[in-house]
Amino acid sequence: MAKPTAPVEKERSMIMQKEMVEGLFKELATAREKGRKVVYTFVPGNLSELIRAFDMLPVYPEINALQSGMRKKSAAFIRDAEKWGHSEDVCTYVKCDIGMMLNGNVGPTGQKLPEPDLLLLSYTGCFTFMKWFENLERLYPNAEIAMLHTPYQEGGRITDEMRQYMVKQLREEVIPKFEKVSGKKFDEARLAGILANSKRTDDLITEIFAQSRQRPSPIDAYFAGVYYIGPINIGFRGTPEAVTYYEELLKEIKQRAAEGRGPVTPEGEIKEEKYRLVVEGPPNWTSFREFWKLFHDQGAVIVASSYTKVGGVYDLGFRHDPARPLETLAEYCMNCYTNMNLPQRIDLLGKCITEYQADGFLINSIKSCNSFSAGQLMIMRDLEDKLEIPVGFIESDLVDPRYFSYSNIKNRLDSFFQMLAQRKVLATA
Amino acid sequence: MADYFLGIDLGSTTSKAIIINDRDEVVGKGITNTRANYEVAAEIAKVQALYNARFHLLKQALAAEIAADPAFARYAADLDAAFQFVQFESRLERLRRELAETALKVETRVPATELVKHVQEIADGILATGRRRYMEEDLGGKGQFFRDIVGEAYAKAVEERPKELFEPLMLLFDKSITPVENEMMAPDFSELVHQAQAMLERYHAEKAAPDEAAALRRAAGAFTAAIDRVAAEELNIARMVGTGYGRALLPFPEDCIRSEILCHAFGAHAVFPKTRTVLDIGGQDTKAIQVDSHGLVTSFHMNDRCAAGCGRYLGYIADELNISLNELGPMAMKAEKEVTICSTCTVFAGAELRELLNVGERREDILAGLHKAIVMRALSLLARSGGVKNEFTFTGGVARNDAVLHYVSDMVRRNYGQDLTINVHTDSIFMGALGGAMFARRNIKADLPAAAKGAKAGAEENEGMA
Amino acid sequence: MTPLEEIISTCRQLAFDLNFSRAKAWKAQDPQRVLVGFTPIYFPREVVHAAKGLAVGILGAGDRKPIIKGDAYYQSYICHMPRGIVELALDGNLDGFDGFVFPSICDVMRNLSGMFQLMGKGRFAKYMDFPQNFRAEIGGAFYKAEMEDVLRRIEAINGVQVTADALDRSIALYDRNRAMLAAIYDIRQDHPWRLAYEDLYCIMRAGLVMPVEEHNAMLEQVLEAIGRERGVPEDRIKVVVAGAFCEQPPLGLIKTIEAAGCYVVDDDFLLGSRWIEGAVGGGNGDPLAAIADAYLTRSVQSSVVYDVGNPKEKRLLDLARRRGADGLVFAAPSFCDPALLDQPLYFHQCEKEGVRYVQFQYNENTGQFKVIKEQVGAFADSIKLWEGEAATA
Repeated sequence: MAKPTAPVEKERSMIMQKEMVEGLFKELATAREKGRKVVYTFVPGNLSELIRAFDMLPVYPEINALQSGMRKKSAAFIRDAEKWGHSEDVCTYVKCDIGMMLNGNVGPTGQKLPEPDLLLLSYTGCFTFMKWFENLERLYPNAEIAMLHTPYQEGGRITDEMRQYMVKQLREEVIPKFEKVSGKKFDEARLAGILANSKRTDDLITEIFAQSRQRPSPIDAYFAGVYYIGPINIGFRGTPEAVTYYEELLKEIKQRAAEGRGPVTPEGEIKEEKYRLVVEGPPNWTSFREFWKLFHDQGAVIVASSYTKVGGVYDLGFRHDPARPLETLAEYCMNCYTNMNLPQRIDLLGKCITEYQADGFLINSIKSCNSFSAGQLMIMRDLEDKLEIPVGFIESDLVDPRYFSYSNIKNRLDSFFQMLAQRKVLATA
Repeated sequence: MADYFLGIDLGSTTSKAIIINDRDEVVGKGITNTRANYEVAAEIAKVQALYNARFHLLKQALAAEIAADPAFARYAADLDAAFQFVQFESRLERLRRELAETALKVETRVPATELVKHVQEIADGILATGRRRYMEEDLGGKGQFFRDIVGEAYAKAVEERPKELFEPLMLLFDKSITPVENEMMAPDFSELVHQAQAMLERYHAEKAAPDEAAALRRAAGAFTAAIDRVAAEELNIARMVGTGYGRALLPFPEDCIRSEILCHAFGAHAVFPKTRTVLDIGGQDTKAIQVDSHGLVTSFHMNDRCAAGCGRYLGYIADELNISLNELGPMAMKAEKEVTICSTCTVFAGAELRELLNVGERREDILAGLHKAIVMRALSLLARSGGVKNEFTFTGGVARNDAVLHYVSDMVRRNYGQDLTINVHTDSIFMGALGGAMFARRNIKADLPAAAKGAKAGAEENEGMA
Repeated sequence: MTPLEEIISTCRQLAFDLNFSRAKAWKAQDPQRVLVGFTPIYFPREVVHAAKGLAVGILGAGDRKPIIKGDAYYQSYICHMPRGIVELALDGNLDGFDGFVFPSICDVMRNLSGMFQLMGKGRFAKYMDFPQNFRAEIGGAFYKAEMEDVLRRIEAINGVQVTADALDRSIALYDRNRAMLAAIYDIRQDHPWRLAYEDLYCIMRAGLVMPVEEHNAMLEQVLEAIGRERGVPEDRIKVVVAGAFCEQPPLGLIKTIEAAGCYVVDDDFLLGSRWIEGAVGGGNGDPLAAIADAYLTRSVQSSVVYDVGNPKEKRLLDLARRRGADGLVFAAPSFCDPALLDQPLYFHQCEKEGVRYVQFQYNENTGQFKVIKEQVGAFADSIKLWEGEAATA
């Protein structure tokens, strides 16, 4: 994922990531000439390994939307989608994506994105994905469509029936579509090989996010975290490049930790860690940097966030298992953060608050994303009561700048930080 | 030399200032409407608080006499009123000049000379009525601001004039009031108080009975001596804290700025020490705050993006009904029933209001429903912040609205217990400023990176103020 | 009062009884009986019925209850209905319910299931995942497992083991219920004045909170009554209403649509009651498979079922044509992602086919109907005028 602007310090991993992303978009731009087939799919429950196993290239509409948000293009795209008939009330990722398409489908790097050969609806943890794809189908009438319905962990666990349902869909619906579009036969051994790399990246990313347990935390697990999860979420999970990237990233972070240094931000390093926070909810993309700065200025470091788990939750032990390729893909999908029920989410957030020794818990409630937002206030109350943790609540949106009010958010964050400061004074008194 | 501490709460509708002494006692308070120029609003509130503090000291100096002698008591009260009036008068004169100058500049169908003539007559009328109302009706104590008082009187005077004058005269007012209001006018205390005394002398000569007049003259003599002492006293503002919606715009160093959440809670807790839950309904924000036994915030919730259910909404409704904000509550209290109002959205409220009036609902009943709807939003926020624990204190400008108070008390009791103690102070609107002043006195470090740098700048600022 | 008027009056009261007194009274008669609340849209009530239970529709609090506690749990950009449901739960209106089922229709309702789990309401609060794969051996098998899970949870409460026969009997009762509702819609298609839509709505809605046997008896009488001419035909247009399948508008708004010059000849207000087109059937020894098959192959068109290969805009316009509708009314609750995200697809298709439509948004507690009345009235007038001109041309 591209940076809003270049940070002060550029580490090797950042350059590596930039090259990987640019490489992918170059491949996409030339996909047609080179006869590469293109799959549109979503980040939660993304089947990178399967896409790789068929030598296809992924496009992620949400990533394009968030990039449009960062590049200040989303407002115009959303407006166009609303002119096209969409309501102001609905998800702005969808509208931004549709607006981008109505404007020629030029991607984040300025290159035109190829049309999809396959629409893979990995319907995981978000009902709106389905509606999104129904809209996409009409915009791309020539694409093949594969639906992978991921059952919700309503009972807080994965049952055999859920697993079987998914494996059957993979085997009998999804894979045949891949075979048809790519003209290649499914090679389970090849998939297993890719999954072995995934398992390695799973371990690495888990270790990377565990580094923020230290004081001071060498990383910000939210604002910088969204960059860290980039490669695994946009199609590189399972590749050797991803393994190398995460090894390098971990090395750099461990180095920072050894030197006792705080996280790097676009405004420079955080010199003094004043508050350690756990954040629930996606960030705002249209004012990402101003948003980040509000935390940086107060010495607030996010030590864990739920958003970095939307593309997979590894904290609770899940790892891709090359020995059971389809089962493992199914389990991966079902384990994504927004596919977990509310009590599970509370447990996970509570675990983060405790294990990462957070001083406060903050929710950024996103207007567009009911999957995250509906019930957040109950999650917050529950954690406040159970853990006696100070909580804060702000509201914004993913990519609709009309829903980011800087002064409103600053007002609430100031109060929140001052409340934390008071409590610290009291605790030491 | 005693140290004093200042808290300024720059709200979206009103700006408040409180001065406390080193025992947390309020010695002065000032309030004004927030206007385009925030700095002026904050400064006026502060100056008012300083005047008020000197009055406080004055009354303290003559406390025994005031208690013993009715003439002293009357003189004290009249001096207070006269003091308010002379300030009103000087701003009115300033407005008169502005109106006359503007009349020469604007182009209307009415000749400028005629407009000036009318403007002068209107100003004379407002001044005469103002004098009477300040002196006889305690207009100064009613919490109305220059803009409201003058605006209302001016509009009334225009109504009484020929129709063709309506538009040009109203245009003149609209163009003149803002620059006048945004001008800083802060004459010296002793100058003002002497003007007030002189005015009072004439007033008493005119109105008081002969034997009463003699007693009042005696009191005046005693006051003059005390006034000179009090006016000479230095009111050293040792530290100050700014808060409120517009706090970021206050010309204060960063470490002298505190979130209004913390200030409201601290202020409310200082006045009612057993408070555990604070509800503050202000112009722009509604806040539900939980505090611990020290008055420190443990959790808080604010309304979301829209101002639905805040003071501003009431202002909107008042405009829609073409009545003053202060009349809303009393009118709602006269309701026979509550009309169900669904929308506390300012965008839809107007339409719903008109529709209900169309179908023949009484204004009072609609207003009762509207007030209830606002309070329901606030109650949701309270529920969101963890409900009402122990003593409950209601603060903010909207707490002065009887109907809101009625519904808040009723619903809080109904949802959280009939025996719950509910506190509302007559000065509920000042709680944020009071909390600010108390933070200033304690000098609790705002944990901001700029703290060290800011403290120094703050000290310099304070010297300039004293 | 005529028998029909009596039924309407009873149903009007039952339909909006936020205490669910009829259902609770039914349960009180037998300790084995259970009440299972369910939220929109569709839930196979037969399954609960066969287990000596009553599936009770929970449709929010409408405009009949002030919402305070419910509001505390929802941001302003989330629809209104779940606030009402939480308010009901916290105020004890749902005490006495043994369990709750939240059919998969959107993320808000999905997360509401978790909120019920956290509040500890009922012995179970189950989000019921309906398959989006429509092959019997894949989606069907999963759906059967979901229904078996519901049965297991009820059995844990009342010990009732459901037999195939019991299920077949329950299916037959609900098939009968659906068939009679379909017959009423068919009569109203040609004679909408015989039963105001508002009344039909109350009758259907009451069916969600009372035993099906009683409701069937009522429907028989309704059919009887409207089989004969009654009422006076008026010069109104016929419309199909779409988008209102979950959060229900206040009755006043529903009434407003017809009062503004329309006859509602089809709609999706209480779509769950008419979800299966035709009969579920059964009697083949595997009733759950029959219910699953009906869902996979005979579900009505809806915003919450993946429509690949079966485009919803085509289905909706076919329905409108079949009903002889003059136009479409798109009425969706504010912030309803499923309904609102479908709208551009519908609008574009209507424009392509020259079908007239009007659209507005509402909340379950919308208090003002005047704007909607004017909007729908102008829509009806324009169609009448246009038709008149076309006829004279």
